[in-house]
Amino acid sequence: MRIVVASGKGGTGKTTIATSLALGLAGDGSAPPPIFVDCDVEAPNAHLFLKPLFEQSQPIGIMIPVVDEALCTHCGKCAEVCAYHAIAVLGQKTLVFPQLCHGCGSCTALCPEKAISERLDPIGVIERGPALEGIDFRRGLLDVGKPMSVPIIRALQKQVTPRPGQTVILDAPPGTSCPVVAAMQGADYLLLVTEPTPFGLHDLRLAAEVARELGIPTGVIVNRDNGPYPDLETFCRSSGLPILLRIPFERAIAEGIAQGKNLVEIQPEYGERFRQMFHQVVRGEKA
Amino acid sequence: MKIVLSVTAPGIEAPIDPRFGRGATLLVVDTDTMQADAHPNPGVNASGGAGVQAAQFAAGQKAEAVISGDFGPNAFDALKAAGVAMYLYGDCQTARQAIERFQAGQLQQVGAPTQSGHHG
Ligand code: SF4
Ligand code: SF4
Repeated sequence: MRIVVASGKGGTGKTTIATSLALGLAGDGSAPPPIFVDCDVEAPNAHLFLKPLFEQSQPIGIMIPVVDEALCTHCGKCAEVCAYHAIAVLGQKTLVFPQLCHGCGSCTALCPEKAISERLDPIGVIERGPALEGIDFRRGLLDVGKPMSVPIIRALQKQVTPRPGQTVILDAPPGTSCPVVAAMQGADYLLLVTEPTPFGLHDLRLAAEVARELGIPTGVIVNRDNGPYPDLETFCRSSGLPILLRIPFERAIAEGIAQGKNLVEIQPEYGERFRQMFHQVVRGEKA
Repeated sequence: MKIVLSVTAPGIEAPIDPRFGRGATLLVVDTDTMQADAHPNPGVNASGGAGVQAAQFAAGQKAEAVISGDFGPNAFDALKAAGVAMYLYGDCQTARQAIERFQAGQLQQVGAPTQSGHHG
């Protein structure tokens, strides 16, 4: 089972919850410890909570065009077809802008002179190693100045091959843009983390909309719960989104998280609460 | 000679727009006749590569110089490759003023003109 933990914006405690869920499941002796994938490749931080020992590192790149000026007739076809304006014909020169190129291969395929070949342009790495409680930890890391998360997230997705009964937890990047959609793809279940505030609700709506379009069953976790917030309850009820777990706003929790601890370490009963929530999700029951 | 300027509206009296790739209008001015043709900036709504598109437009117009307030790295590389010289507005307010200063040699040039067209 693949579970994606996402939230419409950053700072909702998404990573705390994703890592706590992983630890909760790791503490369940009846199944192998889960695979944890940090898909927030621009600012990964799940390692702070799960403390992996990275043993493998693999470079990830995209194929970008290289123009052979001796063959190029400057016909402009490549520049016309490129949706990202990453290749331009400027008088008697054809120029590639690696920072803009998405490696789609359209220009190479369309060049009538076969003047374009491709080379690998590194955009980041995937790292892997064992973490707390035997969790199989992976993360992607984007090189600075390469605004190209999606290929790394796809590569992370592709490398996940769970054993029978092994759960995969993916920590999505914040927001609702392409990288988030890439992280959600192929999920069996989506956990949306929110806060009981107008901003939290606004972002939850956006994220729930994406989930609906992708057709992924979804449940909500309310973090920093400090009493009823009727608008949130109404939205969840009318959208058919079960509220699976409420984590109260408590000083002890906030302080523990600031020290890099997750919920299971701060209050061990959360291990059981996350396991119960997981089994509820697996059974497909609504809260 | 032809010069391309980033401006906010059509016409030779148009106020300047300091953004090369994102300015609303690109004005192509023939300095011999002072005729000004306005073109919508192709990059104005692009999600990325706006500077490249504007540079490609300038190169396609066979402009010898571009005047704007700001050239990003992509626009700079592209214009340099096309052999188009780049100048800054300084405190000019309108397209006409900028062209007059350009002709008087009073505008600051960006990069090294003697090398344009060699590298890139
Ligand atoms: S399509 Fe091929 S021949 Fe035409 S400008 Fe591009 S690289 Fe050159
Ligand atoms: S590979 Fe795709 S994105 Fe890159 S320059 Fe070619 S057409 Fe553009």
